Amino acid sequence: MTETGAPTTSKPALVAALRRFLPDDAILHATEDLRPYECDGLSAYRQTPMIVALPRTIEQVQQILRVCHERGVPVVARGAGTGLSGGALPVGDGLLLSLARFMSILDLDPVNRTMRVQPGVRNLAISEAAAPYGLYYAPDPSSQIACTIGGNVAENAGGVHCLKYGLTVHNILKLKMVTMDGELLTFGADALDGPGFDLLALATGSEGMLGVIVEVTVKLVPKPETARVVLAAFADLEQAGAAVGAVIAAGIVPAGLEMMDNPAIRAAEAFVHSGYPLDAAAILLCELDGTAETVADGIDRVSAIMAQCGASASRVSRDEAERARFWAGRKMAFPAMGRISPDYYCTDGTIPRKHLPRVLRRIQELGREHGLAVANVFHAGDGNLHPMILYDASRPGELDRVEKLGGEILKLCVGVGGTITGEHGVGVEKINQMCDQFSSAEITQFHAIKAAFDPKGLLNPGKAVPLLKRCAEYGGLHVHGGELPFPELERF
Amino acid sequence: MSTSHDASAEIQARVVDAIERRASLAFVGGGTKQFLGRETPGEPLALGDHRGVIDYHPEELVLTARAGTPLSELETLLAGHGQMFAFEPPHFGAAATLGGTIAANLSGPRRAYAGAARDFVLGTRIVNGRGEILRFGGEVMKNVAGYDVSRLVTGAMGTLGVILDVSLKVLPRPRETITLAQSLAPRAAVEKLCRWAAAPLPISASCIEDGQLYVRLSGTASALAKARTIIGGDVLENADTFWLEVREQRRPFFDGDVPLWRLSVPPAATLDLPGDQLIEWGGALRWLKSDAPAEAIRAAAAEQHGHAMLFRSPARADSPYHPLPEPLMQLHKRIKAAMDPHGIFNRGRMYAEF
Repeated sequence: MTETGAPTTSKPALVAALRRFLPDDAILHATEDLRPYECDGLSAYRQTPMIVALPRTIEQVQQILRVCHERGVPVVARGAGTGLSGGALPVGDGLLLSLARFMSILDLDPVNRTMRVQPGVRNLAISEAAAPYGLYYAPDPSSQIACTIGGNVAENAGGVHCLKYGLTVHNILKLKMVTMDGELLTFGADALDGPGFDLLALATGSEGMLGVIVEVTVKLVPKPETARVVLAAFADLEQAGAAVGAVIAAGIVPAGLEMMDNPAIRAAEAFVHSGYPLDAAAILLCELDGTAETVADGIDRVSAIMAQCGASASRVSRDEAERARFWAGRKMAFPAMGRISPDYYCTDGTIPRKHLPRVLRRIQELGREHGLAVANVFHAGDGNLHPMILYDASRPGELDRVEKLGGEILKLCVGVGGTITGEHGVGVEKINQMCDQFSSAEITQFHAIKAAFDPKGLLNPGKAVPLLKRCAEYGGLHVHGGELPFPELERF
Repeated sequence: MSTSHDASAEIQARVVDAIERRASLAFVGGGTKQFLGRETPGEPLALGDHRGVIDYHPEELVLTARAGTPLSELETLLAGHGQMFAFEPPHFGAAATLGGTIAANLSGPRRAYAGAARDFVLGTRIVNGRGEILRFGGEVMKNVAGYDVSRLVTGAMGTLGVILDVSLKVLPRPRETITLAQSLAPRAAVEKLCRWAAAPLPISASCIEDGQLYVRLSGTASALAKARTIIGGDVLENADTFWLEVREQRRPFFDGDVPLWRLSVPPAATLDLPGDQLIEWGGALRWLKSDAPAEAIRAAAAEQHGHAMLFRSPARADSPYHPLPEPLMQLHKRIKAAMDPHGIFNRGRMYAEF
C-alpha cells in the first residue's frame, strides 16, 4: 500500500502502457528478474517491486513518470543501490526506476573545470576521466568505486575529505530533474550560481522524494601537488578527541582527519596490517595536502600538536605507498568488521566535536546495557560518527536489540546538538528518529515542500520524512540541544 | 560589541498578527541592501533588534548568531580568534547584518576559491508564513536529515521566511597573503586565470580592471613564494584596501549612473557586449556597466549558460532578476506557497509573480 491510496492500475495494464514506448528489455516484471532489486545497501529491509523499468533516455523517464502519475503508481528511483539507509527500497505495488543505463559522460570541459554526466556514472569514473587534466571530483564516499553520481546527489554524499572539500552540494553546479508529472527542469547553471531559489541545494540530499535526477554537472578541482598523513596513537580516547580540536584550533584544515577506537583498530589491523598499534585506545589519521612546502610545514605542526596532546606514538607517511597503507585499515574498516562478527549495523550520527569523548563513552555504556559490542570509526574532523554495532542476525531477537541501540545512539547525537544522519540519509532506516530531531511543525513544513514537487506523494513514499501519525506512534518528541527552544509553544 | 537581544517572540508575534490581517511585511535588517531586487509593498518589519552571538567555539569552526547582528561585529570577533567568513561578504554599508547577507547570498572576492555564503550555511531558525518558528540543519558540518531548507532560504531575499538565527561554518585566516598585479588585456587575463585555476595554486581572489590583472595568493610563506614565480607581476601595496574596494564596489569603475549588471557565467565565457567590464571570480563574475537593452545582455549571458541580473540602476527596475522558464516559475510559486501560504513575506522582492 502507498500512503496516498491504492494505484488505479493493475500490473498487466501498467506493463502494457510501458510497452508502448519502452523496448521489452527495459521492463522487468517476472519475479526472478525483480529479485535483484529487492534491497539496496541496507539489506535488512527487503521488498520486491511490482515492476522494474530500465530506461535509456530522458524522454523515456518522462514518459514512465507521466504514466505512473496518471495511474497513481508509486515510483522509487535507484542508482547503483549502494545506499546505506534503504532510500532505494522498492514499494511492493510500485515501479522501481533504475538509472543504471544512464552511464555516459556527456561533456568534459577542462577549461571551465566541469563535467556533465548522466546519473548512472560512477563517482570514481568521474575522477578517472578528469585525471589526464590534473583534475578530479572531490567527494569520495567509501563506496566510490561502485556508487553513482545520481545517488550521490540524492543523498548529498560525503567522504573522508569533506572538512576541506565539502559535500556533494558544494561540488555540483547544475542538475536536470524530472518531476513526477514528467516535467523536465534545470536547477543551477554552468556558472557559480543560478537565478531564482537555490533548488540545486534543495534537490541535493532530497533522497529521491522531489524528482528523478537525469543529468548532473559537477565541478572539478585540481589534484593537490602532494598529500601526507600523520598516524598518531593515544592511550586515552579523551586525549585523541582533544587532539582533533587542537589541530583545528591551530588554524589547520586537514584534508582528512579520521579516528578509530580500539575495537575498530584491532579488527582493521587483523585484516589489512596497516601497522596500527593494537594497544592504543584510539588512533588519529590526519592527512594534509597542498604544495610540498605547505604540507611539510603542516606535518611538523600537526606532529607537535599530537605530541603535546599526549600521543604515545606518531608516524608520518614517507611516500605514497606508506600513505596508502596507513589509510588501508581505515578504508577497510567496514569489511574488517565482517570478519570478526557475522553481522554489523552501521549508524551515521554527527555531533559537535567538543562532545566527542562524552558521546563515545556513552555509546560504550549503551552497548553494554544492550549486551552488544560497538566499534567506532569516524570522520573526526567533522564530527560524523559511524558506530558499528556487532551482532548475529541468526540469533532470534538480536536485530531488534541492535535497532533499539542504534536508535538510542542517534537520540544521543540529537541530544548534544547533532543530527541523526551526517551522510547516509534517512531513508527507511532512520525515519522514526526524524521525530526525535524535528518538531511536528518542521515535519509538516517538509511535507509541504514535498507537495510542491509531488502533490500526489508518489515519489519514494514512506521514506525520509515521517507522517506525523508515525511520530505519534513512535512516541518521539524532538529535543534540540537538550532544551525546547520555545516551551510555551505547542510543539506536538 | 552591541547588546544581545532575543526578539524571536516579538518577531513571531508580528508575523502572526500580519497573517491574521493578511498584511504584507517587508523585512528590514540594517537597510543596506534595499537597492537589491524589486520594491516590496509591505509594512516594514524591523529585524535589527534581534541580535547577538548565540554560540561560538573557534575549534568547532562554527558560529551561530541572531540575524540582526551587525556583520562587522561578527568579523571582528572571528578575527580575534584568527578566523573569518571565507565567503568574504560585501557589506554595502556599516549597518549590514548577518541576516541580510544570508537572505541575499552575497559573497565577495574569495567566492570562486572558497565558496559562496550558501556553501557555509549549516543551519537556520526561521519563522515561516504560518507564524511557526522552525529549525533546519544544525551546528554540525554534515547533516542530511530532512530537506535543506536552510540553503533554500539563503538567497531567497526574505520571500520564504524570516531568518532568525544562522549557523555558519567559519575557517582559519590564511597565514600569509600577497597580491600581484600585471598589465594584461581582459581576454588574455581570463585565459590565464582559467589555466591557473586548473593547477594547485593558492589563489584566493582575482580581479581584472582597466587592463590590469590582480591575483591574491593566500597560504604559507613557502607556498606563496613558489606561486609568485608562476603568476608573475609586481606586489601590490595596500592590497587589503584594494580588495575591500572591489568587495564594496568602491572602485572608480562602479562610479556613475550607468546601469550595473551582474553576469554570472562559466569562467572562460566570451561576452561581446557594449560597456565596461570589471571581472572577478576567475572570470565567473562579470560586472558590466552598460546601457544596452536588458534583452541583449540576458541573451548573451544565457547563450553562455549563465544568467544576468540588473544589480544597480538609477531607476528601480521592474524585473532585475533573470527571468525563469515557465515550469520553473510555477515551481517557485508552489514552493513560495508551501513556505508562506498567505504570500505576506517580501512580496515581489525577487519576481513580480510571488
